[in-house]
Amino acid sequence: MIKNTQGMIYGINGPVIRVRGNNRLKMLEMVLVGDEKLIGEVIRVDRDEAIVQVYESTAGLKPGEPVISTGKPLSVMLGPGIIGNIFDGIQRPLVKIREKSGEFIRRGMSVTQLELDRKWPVKMLVKAGDRVEPGTKIAEVQETEVVKHFVLVPPDIRGEVIDVAKDGEYTLCQPILKIQCGPSEKEVTMVQEWPVRKPRPYRSRLELNKPLVTGQRVIDTLFPIAKGGAAAIPGGFGTGKTMTQHQLAKWSNADIIVYVGCGERGNEITEVLEDFPKLIDPRNNQSLMKRTVLIANTSNMPVAAREASIYTGITLAEFYRDMGYDVAVMADSTSRWAEALREISGRLEEMPAEEGFPAYLPSRLSEFYERAGMVENLNDTKGSISIIGAVSPQGGDFSEPVTQNTKRFIRCFWALDKQLAYTRHYPAINWASSYSEYFEDCQDWYREKTDGTFSTKRAELLRILQEESKLLEIVKLIGSDILPDEQKLVLEIAKVIRLGFLQQNAYHENDTYVPVMKQLKMMETILELYAGAKRLVQRSIPVSVIRKTGILDEVIRMKYTLDNEHLSGFDRLVDKIHETLDQIGRDYQVRERKGLE
Amino acid sequence: MSVEYIGLKEISGPLVILEGVKDASSEEMVEIQVEGEKRLGRIIEIRGGLCVVQVFEGTDGLSLTNTRTRLTGRPLEIPLSLEILGRTLNGIGQPIDGFGGIFPERRRDVNGHAINPVARRYPRNYIQTGISSIDGLTTLIRGQKLPIFSGSGIPHNQLAVQIVRQAKISGEENQNFAVVFAAMGVKHDVAEFFKTSFRRSGVLDRVLMFLNLANDPVVERIVTPRAALTAAEYLAFEHHMHVLVILTDMTSYAEALREISSSKGEIPSRKGYPGYLYSDLASIYERAGMLDDREGSITQIPILTMPNDDITHPVPDLTGYITEGQVVLERTLSQKGIYPPVSVLPSLSRLMKDGIGEGYTREDHPQVANQLFSSYARVQEVRALASVIGEDELSDLDKQYMEFGQSFESEFLQQSIDEERDIEHTLDLGWMLLGLLPREELDRVSDDILNKYYHDNDSEGGGLQSWT
Ligand SMILES: Nc1ncnc2c1ncn2[C@@H]1O[C@H](COP(=O)(O)OP(=O)(O)OP(=O)(O)O)[C@@H](O)[C@H]1O
Ligand SMILES: [Mg+2]
Repeated sequence: MIKNTQGMIYGINGPVIRVRGNNRLKMLEMVLVGDEKLIGEVIRVDRDEAIVQVYESTAGLKPGEPVISTGKPLSVMLGPGIIGNIFDGIQRPLVKIREKSGEFIRRGMSVTQLELDRKWPVKMLVKAGDRVEPGTKIAEVQETEVVKHFVLVPPDIRGEVIDVAKDGEYTLCQPILKIQCGPSEKEVTMVQEWPVRKPRPYRSRLELNKPLVTGQRVIDTLFPIAKGGAAAIPGGFGTGKTMTQHQLAKWSNADIIVYVGCGERGNEITEVLEDFPKLIDPRNNQSLMKRTVLIANTSNMPVAAREASIYTGITLAEFYRDMGYDVAVMADSTSRWAEALREISGRLEEMPAEEGFPAYLPSRLSEFYERAGMVENLNDTKGSISIIGAVSPQGGDFSEPVTQNTKRFIRCFWALDKQLAYTRHYPAINWASSYSEYFEDCQDWYREKTDGTFSTKRAELLRILQEESKLLEIVKLIGSDILPDEQKLVLEIAKVIRLGFLQQNAYHENDTYVPVMKQLKMMETILELYAGAKRLVQRSIPVSVIRKTGILDEVIRMKYTLDNEHLSGFDRLVDKIHETLDQIGRDYQVRERKGLE
Repeated sequence: MSVEYIGLKEISGPLVILEGVKDASSEEMVEIQVEGEKRLGRIIEIRGGLCVVQVFEGTDGLSLTNTRTRLTGRPLEIPLSLEILGRTLNGIGQPIDGFGGIFPERRRDVNGHAINPVARRYPRNYIQTGISSIDGLTTLIRGQKLPIFSGSGIPHNQLAVQIVRQAKISGEENQNFAVVFAAMGVKHDVAEFFKTSFRRSGVLDRVLMFLNLANDPVVERIVTPRAALTAAEYLAFEHHMHVLVILTDMTSYAEALREISSSKGEIPSRKGYPGYLYSDLASIYERAGMLDDREGSITQIPILTMPNDDITHPVPDLTGYITEGQVVLERTLSQKGIYPPVSVLPSLSRLMKDGIGEGYTREDHPQVANQLFSSYARVQEVRALASVIGEDELSDLDKQYMEFGQSFESEFLQQSIDEERDIEHTLDLGWMLLGLLPREELDRVSDDILNKYYHDNDSEGGGLQSWT
């Protein structure tokens, strides 16, 4: 072993170790710690000491054990074999770890991130004499039934192709291309390494103008996230962050899903692993797992790797963005990541800012969310990364530092509400305190895809909800009985909106995903009901009469009773609304006349 | 191995610092001889030749010169064999019941290892506790971690004992079960209450107790739940038993952690608790679950008292973020004499969705539960209104809600400490109560379920008031 690449352990404090005897260690360099060669990363370099965070348990380490420098930063391995897989926070495949160490994770498992001896069918896209640049697509590989993987020229290579492999089966390490790169020849394989903390390059940012369609009404209709946008979903425990993330991972119209379970429950990962392979993506009739990659660093796994898992996830996402895909990253929960920062920072005895979090919390958050975006890639394709970050505020209090700082870097905020969750109103997204600035950006899309009335209807829906909350203030004080009927009607319609539209049952086959067109139809139907009922009320017909007919309940149930794709049921429902209301009107006239006689 | 270090550099609360130590490893156990008595400690930080050691039995009587310390070369381990069932151990796994040492089949590191998520089996088997509020509304699932959030003076211990006594797994014989009970910082009579109750219900020989009582050393308290879970893992995953683990009181546990953290001079986060409280609690709670290739299971019922009945206090808060739901007990219900005083709205079982309904309990279960939650939530609003305008001024519908709320508490929630209701009974009771409300109000239940199960209990409802 070369002497100067080796230092030794001097001190150990949980996941943080002090290294002496090697003053050449670089910041953010990856090192191998101790006799078992645990993976670590240099996070501080002082005059005679370097500090390393270790991605595995440090129990049993001794001062004097070696710390070997690798000379390179913590990196991920990029190539076919990522999709459908499940990795830990530093991209070690958990299935392989299990093969080696059984049901419980032991440390010091050295497993390669991707299967190096697996053969992939490769179809070349370039020929000798072509000029290639960083990012050029040189080959395609069917990675899963739904993901066509493009092999890209690594960011530091350009030149003329001098030799091309024949189409056929190759392993990740076999060269498939030779490039004259300046004076030297370079061989290109299907894999490349990339440091996780460094964003991958792209040509330019593009404006966001399409929503990431999720099939969740309160999101698509009221608070959409744009493709390439960033959303935060904060909420106290049990309010539905994970459920919402799972719903989006299942149904949103991204090409690739990167799901990062960061410091959360093991069973939730297991649930995804059991469910996703069985769920069928309606767009291609293939299992959802075939477009999904999972990064799992559960709450009982080492803290430092939790910090890394977020970066691992986003780097994998960028890799697929570079191929021209729309990628959605779910990070559950960014608070655990922030807490990992705090824990490490505390052990370094850094000066804390708010609530013990380090002063660099905001800059780390912004670096992360800035990696979202719609871009033009180096190879002229367009790709996007949308980030949806769960936030778990302490005590459910949104004024804490992680929520507040996150708010600065996202433009879509789905505030989960404990009271709504208590009454089992799911998704418990509070319509008064949530917002999305992306709706404006995506106006054109809504206009073109629907019939042009989407945004006025949406505004009307929001207005009714707003009026309801004002009225409820009054009701709280004096009861609803004395309200004039016109206001009672607002309460009734708002209830229809809440139960029939905003509430969405993730466990119901029909309701778990709803196309935007049906969302529009549902809004339309509710507003039609409102308009008709209002006319009756203006003729002093009591709301209770309308209620008695059961038409409100029927509208509430339309989400279950009417089909998602064939929307003709809505015409019939609207007809029925009119008939019912007209009937009331006629009966009333008769009665009025009788009254006069 | 046999090097002895004489004296200490520093003593701070439960911690001591050794100097000039060679060959120490992180988390290694040390033995400290002090005036003929032996104490155990664990190395928690090393810097060069300095070692920070937590002393399990506390540091009273230690001076800078009266100790001789020896490294053991091993992490903290507990001895395990099937004979531990029926035994009582102290907080670090040493027998205190006078029946002598445990002849170990094996020794295990109390810290355990994280279960690989790909090796877990998702819990789906429902456990019938015979308690309506739990079975009906926050169903317990085998392999779940479902804490009880309580307050001082609220009968959470009775509830825990009732669960242990009545827990049944549907359709299977109940032979292969065990209870691991860990007391942390609880009073002597609480531990005694549990022991007597276990004895009365005839399960004592299937119970393993770890006792770290209120006057036992705090450092030991940090180890107690870990020792208990190490034993539970041994029973569950090596002997295929279904183990119910009761951990009480997690608040005392967290306070011990805080005490040690502050003697280390660590930067505190909220309310003085260390920033790693979440990770620390997770390393305990995440040890519940099942494995996909073995039979046993670990179900955890941690109990914690919420200081000031405040659910946003860091201990309940962080617990809620880790566990799979929570059963919240409420002081006002308890004061009304309702047992178990389960506060329905904030209580939740996240795993119930996969373990109830057709094929598990009964087809109507998910919808009834949902409706009961939602109607009872409405009751709270009506009560708030009634307190402002007076009950007499309420609308007829609101009055019906008031009645529903009353009956819900006195008939559904309320049950006696030895009353066991099967799930059919619980669900029927639910329908009886929903019958107090008009059918149109039941917006969480589908028509076919309503047609099958709903019967109007309100004699004067319907036709009379119809307008036409
Ligand atoms: N959209 C939904 N449909 C039906 N049930 C839901 C929905 N959202 C949440 N729930 C219910 O709420 C429970 C808790 O939701 P979830 O696990 O997503 O909470 P969370 O916010 O992630 O909590 P934590 O911070 O503790 O992880 C679920 O188990 C489920 O019972
Ligand atoms: Mg969650």
